[in-house]
Amino acid sequence: MINFQAIKVIFKYEMLRTWNTLFQSIASPVLSTSLYFIVFGSAIGSRIPSIEGVSYGLFIVPGLIMLSLLTQSIANASFGIFFPKFTGSIYEVHSAPISFFEIITGYVGAAATKSFIIGLIILITATFFVELRIAHPVWMLVFLVLTCISFSLFGFIIGIWANDFEKLQIIPLLIITPLVFLGGSFYSINMLPPFWQTVTLFNPVVYLVSGFRWSFFEVHDVSVGTSLAMILIFLMICLLTVGWMFKTGYRLKQ
Amino acid sequence: MQSIISIKNLSKKYASGYQALKKINLNIDRGEILALLGPNGAGKTTLISIVCGIVSSSAGAVMVNGFDNISDYRKTRELIGLVPQELTLGAFDTVWNTIRFSRGLFGKKPNNPYLERLLGDLSLLDKKNSELRELSGGMRRRVLIAKALSHEPKILFLDEPTAGVDVELRKDMWNIVRRLRESGVTIILTTHYIEEAEEIADRIAVINNGKLLLVEDKVTLMHNLGKKQLAVELRTPVTTLPQSLSTFALKLSDDGSKLTYTYDSMSESAGINALFQAINQAGLELKDLQVMQSSLEDIFVDLVRNK
Repeated sequence: MINFQAIKVIFKYEMLRTWNTLFQSIASPVLSTSLYFIVFGSAIGSRIPSIEGVSYGLFIVPGLIMLSLLTQSIANASFGIFFPKFTGSIYEVHSAPISFFEIITGYVGAAATKSFIIGLIILITATFFVELRIAHPVWMLVFLVLTCISFSLFGFIIGIWANDFEKLQIIPLLIITPLVFLGGSFYSINMLPPFWQTVTLFNPVVYLVSGFRWSFFEVHDVSVGTSLAMILIFLMICLLTVGWMFKTGYRLKQ
Repeated sequence: MQSIISIKNLSKKYASGYQALKKINLNIDRGEILALLGPNGAGKTTLISIVCGIVSSSAGAVMVNGFDNISDYRKTRELIGLVPQELTLGAFDTVWNTIRFSRGLFGKKPNNPYLERLLGDLSLLDKKNSELRELSGGMRRRVLIAKALSHEPKILFLDEPTAGVDVELRKDMWNIVRRLRESGVTIILTTHYIEEAEEIADRIAVINNGKLLLVEDKVTLMHNLGKKQLAVELRTPVTTLPQSLSTFALKLSDDGSKLTYTYDSMSESAGINALFQAINQAGLELKDLQVMQSSLEDIFVDLVRNK
């Protein structure tokens, strides 16, 4: 039998944490996105010709949403599990009649929900700067949700792995940010020299951005099917990793 | 009476190679208060952490109410409440939110009347909406107990409940523990305060270096291991003991005014009669007498030193 009460309280607790810091949770992504729009979209973008028939200001919208989504999902989920581990209050979760599936559903579900809301807010913010059109709204939501879930799961893994604050920061800072910036958030990978195009294909973010951008403008760097498959593969890898962590008690139980 | 917790051949070796527990066997009776006594680093916390599911064991098994604590963890954990040693709780949570969280985590539906009664019992009701960071150390300790009791457990583990708390709070804690026992809760507490075990426990288990040295009913333990000492004060000090008293292994104080006789109160002939006769025959005159019984502390120190 599933312990729904436990999922509910973990989810609520994590959402409440967000609620308590509502202003910074929402203001900072909205502000940074607005800055990107002003600098890249308006100032620089006005000198850049349209890419594959899409104006530059519009072209960067999906990438910008992905940028926030990825960083927010990882930050929320990693902190959500790292903090109780750090203070020791995780004892309660371990001593409760609750399975790893329920723990993940609670923590990752809350982090993903929060990123999803932020994604929507950024989308709305974007409409103040550009005239947005979404060719495939349902697919857009599918990509949005899948990205939120898989990267929250990834953040959860980082939160378990990290045993100090430095490690908690290091992966988002040194790996995720470069991957997102080099993942075609602000350009089409077709604009790169052939060699770097090939290198870029090893960057998972390329597939996310490409698929997400397709749902808006029907332009893509890699095929939509490939994008979807890559996200699902990433999700599976994260799930298996978390499963292994809970099974072995890696950095959770001594 | 069926044991509510049954621990068999439980061992724990940490990844660092440190052997924290060595083949522990222990049965805990339903409704008793068991004190797990041992010096720092003896393995007390490791033992209860394994039963509660926080630390995984290296070998052996733990049965709680007839269920294995790993394969049937949902059934065993819902019976158990754990009060850990002091820790930093999420500082911005309110007392009310944190105990509701705990209850939910254990799969219980919200029950506000019960939780309010619980806070009342722990003198926390007026702090219901306070944030945890606003509370004193003693109050936070009570919150930890409230969290552990929020899901109405049948077994309560208290890890060093009174370490670093003042006398008044310690007495309060003891009263709380006694009241819980009356309501049928089995209580296991770890402590390195002997007086605590002496005061409230029914049975005492002594653990040191990961080994269980003994488990005994408190009264029996004190009876069996308790040595008595008889101090005889002399009116006129002596420099050496008379030959006739040499069979009694007496200890003469430095100033020669006091003889100390150690005997076993349980033995058939404690030899007190013979001692008095011998003293009398030696021509020594008594000034005063004093009988001392060894405390649990002495017993404990003896045990830990000898084994």
